[in-house]
Amino acid sequence: MKRYFGRKLLIYALTFFIAVTINWMIPRFMPGNPVDIMISRAGLRGSAVTQMYSYYMDAFGLDQPIWKQYLNFWIAIFHGDLGTSIFLFPTPVIQVIKDALPYDVALLLPSILLSWFAGNKFGALAARNKNLDNTLLPIGYILTAVPYMWLGILLAWVFCIVIRIFPLGGGYDFSMQPSYTWDFYWSLFNHWVLPFLSLFIVQFGGWAIGMRNLIIYELEADYSHFLEALGAPRKLIRNYAYNNAILPQVTGVALQIGVIVTGALATEVVFAYPGIGYLILQAIHNQDYFLLQGCFLFVVIGVLIANFVVDIAYILIDPRTRAGMTGGAE
Amino acid sequence: MQKLPKTLIFIVVALSMVLTAFLPAAPAAVEYPRNETLYTSGTQWGAPSSWNPLNGGGYATGTIGLVYETLFIYDPLADKFTPYLAESANWTDATTYEVKIRQGVKWTNGQPLTADDVKFTFDIANPNGDTKAGLGYSALWKFLDNIEIKDANTVVFKFKENPAYQEIGFYFYFAPILNKAIWSKMKLEDITGGANKNPVGTGPYKFQAADQDRMVWVRNDAWWGKDVFGKLPAPKYIVDIVNGSNNVALGKMLQGGLDLSNNFLPGVASLVNGGYGIKTYYKEAPYMLSANVASLLINEQKKPMDDVKFRTALAWMININDIVEKDYTGIVKAADPTGLLPIWDKYIDKDQVKELGWSYDPEKAKKILADAGYKDVDGDKFLEAPDGSKIALKVTCPSGWTDWMAAIQIISRDAKAIGLNIEPDYPDYGPWRDAQLKGTFDLTLQNEAQMSSTVWSYYSWIFQNPLDKIATAQYGNYGRYDNKEAFALVDQLDKVKLGDDAAIKEITTKLQKITMTEMPTIPLWYNGLWAQYNESVWTNWPSADGENHALPAMWRGYVNMSGIQMLLNLEPAAKK
Repeated sequence: MKRYFGRKLLIYALTFFIAVTINWMIPRFMPGNPVDIMISRAGLRGSAVTQMYSYYMDAFGLDQPIWKQYLNFWIAIFHGDLGTSIFLFPTPVIQVIKDALPYDVALLLPSILLSWFAGNKFGALAARNKNLDNTLLPIGYILTAVPYMWLGILLAWVFCIVIRIFPLGGGYDFSMQPSYTWDFYWSLFNHWVLPFLSLFIVQFGGWAIGMRNLIIYELEADYSHFLEALGAPRKLIRNYAYNNAILPQVTGVALQIGVIVTGALATEVVFAYPGIGYLILQAIHNQDYFLLQGCFLFVVIGVLIANFVVDIAYILIDPRTRAGMTGGAE
Repeated sequence: MQKLPKTLIFIVVALSMVLTAFLPAAPAAVEYPRNETLYTSGTQWGAPSSWNPLNGGGYATGTIGLVYETLFIYDPLADKFTPYLAESANWTDATTYEVKIRQGVKWTNGQPLTADDVKFTFDIANPNGDTKAGLGYSALWKFLDNIEIKDANTVVFKFKENPAYQEIGFYFYFAPILNKAIWSKMKLEDITGGANKNPVGTGPYKFQAADQDRMVWVRNDAWWGKDVFGKLPAPKYIVDIVNGSNNVALGKMLQGGLDLSNNFLPGVASLVNGGYGIKTYYKEAPYMLSANVASLLINEQKKPMDDVKFRTALAWMININDIVEKDYTGIVKAADPTGLLPIWDKYIDKDQVKELGWSYDPEKAKKILADAGYKDVDGDKFLEAPDGSKIALKVTCPSGWTDWMAAIQIISRDAKAIGLNIEPDYPDYGPWRDAQLKGTFDLTLQNEAQMSSTVWSYYSWIFQNPLDKIATAQYGNYGRYDNKEAFALVDQLDKVKLGDDAAIKEITTKLQKITMTEMPTIPLWYNGLWAQYNESVWTNWPSADGENHALPAMWRGYVNMSGIQMLLNLEPAAKK
């Protein structure tokens, strides 16, 4: 057990190091300079530009040699300092992310878990029901192939403009100031529904198709036929098939978390919903090294945590892993 | 099946964790009633993060104009300076400018506005002064000698010999007046780079709230303008919404959830004509006022762009009507060959334009190139330069700027039609900007020169010099066009007294001739002052018809260019 987790943790640490390094490197090796962009937005003239330029280069530490910037970056990370955002100057990056993160968690966690849960149940059901299979499968294929952006625009158009039952844009109503009132929570919920749905629907299609195919495969496997020949009840066979089929789906959910960030990006842009997705987009446009680094740092951490949770879940749901582990530890 | 409850519990726990994360944020419930609230959008691209009026490109929408005010406001449509925090001002001699400060103006912390505040505001920007803050108006000190306080309400600006009146005029409606008692206690880095979270201004609005997707201002009922203009702005609250995607802006506009959108909304013409209750400044094309000129920048350091014949051919080959009609569906206006905005139309020498100007004529472009020795030597259907070298150029704009992307596709298409190998290219904003500062691009689009109080700002953008300082000046002449005569004329223009239109016309006529014969840049179209309004809650928006000609914009730098007048003119819809 100890060796298993020790090895896993080492791999996670290595992945973290490499991912964070790459994410530090990429914006810096893009041509262009964020301070120039900042100044061109400010519309300054004459000598003010030169002064501003050297002031900001110094403030962001961009005038130092590149190896030193890299070193400073790691030192700062371990101090919990992610630098100052260039695009949202002078807000510290950690503050920007702290403000945005709750919206992402509220959007991503339920959409990933619920779509996974509902998609698997539905897929399993479809695998043993001809009618459902004939209707669900094509719909599932369409849903999973739909780009988040397009579905988002469609949902926004239908539910916000045509049959105005949901508000458009923002994290909560623009006429409100946050408060502990039910009105405020209701407004939060209303603004959350459509972004959530657009993420949920696309993922749901993917899980349902995957599960349906896996179940059919498992039901055709030798052990199923053997059980059948022994006269086991159908329900028992299906349960075995489900328990086997769920394993690749669990791995899938960990992989999905990385992918879903891009989905969240598109969704947040389409619904003008606050969150890290929109920040990433703006950070790229503005070459905001620090904000970009900060956002990806959280994405990397999120993916690693998800993988870790899946590793643990595997021990719980797959007896073979458990057996292999105790065997290995002896 | 037995996994169901476990999953459910997990979800419930996760959800409640999320909900508690939202909890720490809030005072008592505040709601802004719809009929007292003005919703605007189109300025802010990210969460409001700075209320520092000296942070030129990054302050929250309205920080200058709604909170911090300037000595003058300038109305480009009437070409008129109006004393604002100044009560009156005049040049007592060629180098002495005496400004009387308006009496009875109070900061929102209760202190009165004094001559000291005004002197302090300009003093901190002095590169040779005590504070040495590098600010947007520091350049004023190129001409300024010192500032004296004559009496409690009078400030005297003493300039050096031969001051540049045109540029000086600009800074007097550009510089936000600061409260000395507050700002003199700040450290230099807080003055130039601080967030100024608790802005204390003299203006008609105060800070109410800010979040990632909005900025909320509440009216300052003790505003001095109440006595001067006889009224306060009608909206009690102004909620400025951070720009999302176009579909959100459009959707909110149609729903009536947004009163003024300063976003560029493609195809808005069909909404204006379609009975959706959306209004623009003009009832028909171009719908919008012209705010700046989009020009084709040409890198004169590279071959064959150093050849004036080649540049001239470019001007004749571009089908600008296609850009205006197909790309912009008529919401922009084709530029005059001089590139002077409609507000500067009075300076255009129309006869000279008739003689030297151009229009879309690919045959003529072909002929100019053929006469200059450009021909297809190797039979690849593309022309080679007179010295036989191949021509392969790129015309660029930032990736994602869809209207410009379509425009450079049209330019590339037209170039190929006359045998020039010019391909569109869409780098990211950073590299795109970098290529201008370093002078490495071939051809690109740019619209930096905005409307302002002086036509000098346009010419100083085209003829920015010296050439080795282009990258640090960050304002124009990225193609490094070199012409001593033009540079001297621009300096001369800078020194013309405000309002001396005859002198301005005389100098700019010479400059117009240079731009039309030398083609340092090619003006293409006038970008609009994007503004669409919904009249369901607020009416009496600016319009070409009638008397209300303020600029309908909340953009940075525009509220102090009569945008504030737009706010004062608004009326609640119910009243009408």
